[in-house]
Amino acid sequence: MQDINAANETSRRRAAIKRTVVGYSFLTPASTIMILFIFVPVFMAFYLSLFEWDLISPKTFVGLRNYARIFQSTDFFIAVRNTFYFVLVQLPLDFGISLGVALLLNQKIRGLSFYRTVFFTPVITSTVAVSAVWLWLYDPFDGLFNYLLEFIGLGPYGWLNDPKMAMLSVIIMSVWKGLGYNVVLFLAGLQSIDASLYEAASIDGAKPFQQFRYITLPQLSPTMYFVLIMGVINSFKVFTQIDVMTPGGGPLKSTMVIVYLIYQQAFNSFRFGEASALSVLLSAFILVLTLLQRFFLEKRVHYN
Amino acid sequence: MRKSYIKQFVIHFVLIVLGAAMILPFAWMISTSLKGYHEIFRYPPKWIPDSPQWSNYLEVWKLAPFGRFYVNSVFVALVTTVGQVITGVLAAYAFSRMEFWGRDKVFMLFLATLMVPTQVTLIPTYIVMSQMGWIDSYQALIIPFVSTAFSVFLLRQFFLTIPKELEEASIMDGCSKLRFICSVLMPLAKPAIASVSLFGFLGSWNSYLWPLIVINSNQMRTLPIGLRYFVSQQGGGSEWHYLMAASLIVMLPVLIVFFAAQKQFIEGIARSGIKG
Repeated sequence: MQDINAANETSRRRAAIKRTVVGYSFLTPASTIMILFIFVPVFMAFYLSLFEWDLISPKTFVGLRNYARIFQSTDFFIAVRNTFYFVLVQLPLDFGISLGVALLLNQKIRGLSFYRTVFFTPVITSTVAVSAVWLWLYDPFDGLFNYLLEFIGLGPYGWLNDPKMAMLSVIIMSVWKGLGYNVVLFLAGLQSIDASLYEAASIDGAKPFQQFRYITLPQLSPTMYFVLIMGVINSFKVFTQIDVMTPGGGPLKSTMVIVYLIYQQAFNSFRFGEASALSVLLSAFILVLTLLQRFFLEKRVHYN
Repeated sequence: MRKSYIKQFVIHFVLIVLGAAMILPFAWMISTSLKGYHEIFRYPPKWIPDSPQWSNYLEVWKLAPFGRFYVNSVFVALVTTVGQVITGVLAAYAFSRMEFWGRDKVFMLFLATLMVPTQVTLIPTYIVMSQMGWIDSYQALIIPFVSTAFSVFLLRQFFLTIPKELEEASIMDGCSKLRFICSVLMPLAKPAIASVSLFGFLGSWNSYLWPLIVINSNQMRTLPIGLRYFVSQQGGGSEWHYLMAASLIVMLPVLIVFFAAQKQFIEGIARSGIKG
């Protein structure tokens, strides 16, 4: 009896081992890539941030001096200020306009898919290509914007060449480019709201605003939460349009954002240690912000 | 009744004004791309060129190797996408229908990679590439991206909805696991695979910062990077007609695919966006 039990036990264990081996062999291709290009680099970034290194001469250990240097440099504070300016202006604009458009599109109107396509087109076009187009629209001398604004007695503006306006110009273009993505998400969220909720509310005599406040907003809150989290993460990483439209950090460094500073430190000044320290700081900041949003906002999100 | 007509009118009016603002940059790009050098600076500007200069498009092709940029972009995006599908299907299969030691912990680790901002891995990955001698190569543009947690996650969620009995039946019929994946599971998971491919392709096609740092010869540049250098060459001057023609050349293929398959595009984004 005991022998049979033992034999059963061994064969069961063998089967379990076999399943584990087969399971991990299926995971090998994907996990190799993740280990090599995400897990190892994350630790390497910390490690490198403690060294001074230009990739050519041998690296020297400097402890936390790279971090100290960052907090003493004016460029860092300029970059932080510019990044916050971008995020704090772009995000509310994007959020508000796209929610407004989605609400309009949700009014059972004709031509819904046409409008949706129109708003979505900038989203899928190459950022570099549309940046080039906006560079031309913003041209202070022959650009279309200054020409059109002249009709209503405004301008001419320097747009990207004006240190006071360069970041705002980048923001306007970014809102135009990213709007449609959130419109599609908001619209999908709105369309998934159960129509009977509105029917019941109007039978009870709820005004449109009350319906918006007590049905639409809570029902849409999971989508709003998702849009906000993604928006914060993406806005803090802004780089492409900045690099194309305002090369070199813009007039008087007015569009130099954090990712741009990282890029410059590493690939123009060859200070890989300091650039690593900067990227560690940025990533830690984004992570903390995401967790904070989770902590404070998720409670207020209404899940069915 | 009257009130609802007015409401419809106001809604359409607002949408048309905003929609026009969305279209205007594209229209101005097309208009400029067909103008001659002197016509660009004519005051007041005209929307319809006097005589469309189709030759601008040919000139652009000569000013920079856009053909080569195309080949690079298409090749890199295709291989990346295929890679993501293969590694994704294998991993998603293991996560969704196999039971083994440590499975859920490994899955959590996969998900954790979604929290890592790309900036933090940028410099270390660059250094690894340079030590492997892969700077300025296709490997550098492709290998780090042939697997993403996002695609694994999306496929796993879909696989979970496919009944287990199906697999048991095929195994009874003497079908191996790989056979089952290729000939039963993948055809059933077509919508999820289409979403993964779409995101994989677009992600690779539009990727900017990484190819910017890892590629340094003109021959290896992808379209966005090629256009970026074209902008900085021409932007200092005033060859806006060439610049706009080049921009159109770069955005055209994705635009065509988008207009042909917009429903799949938008639904794919709405679906994965909300659940992702």
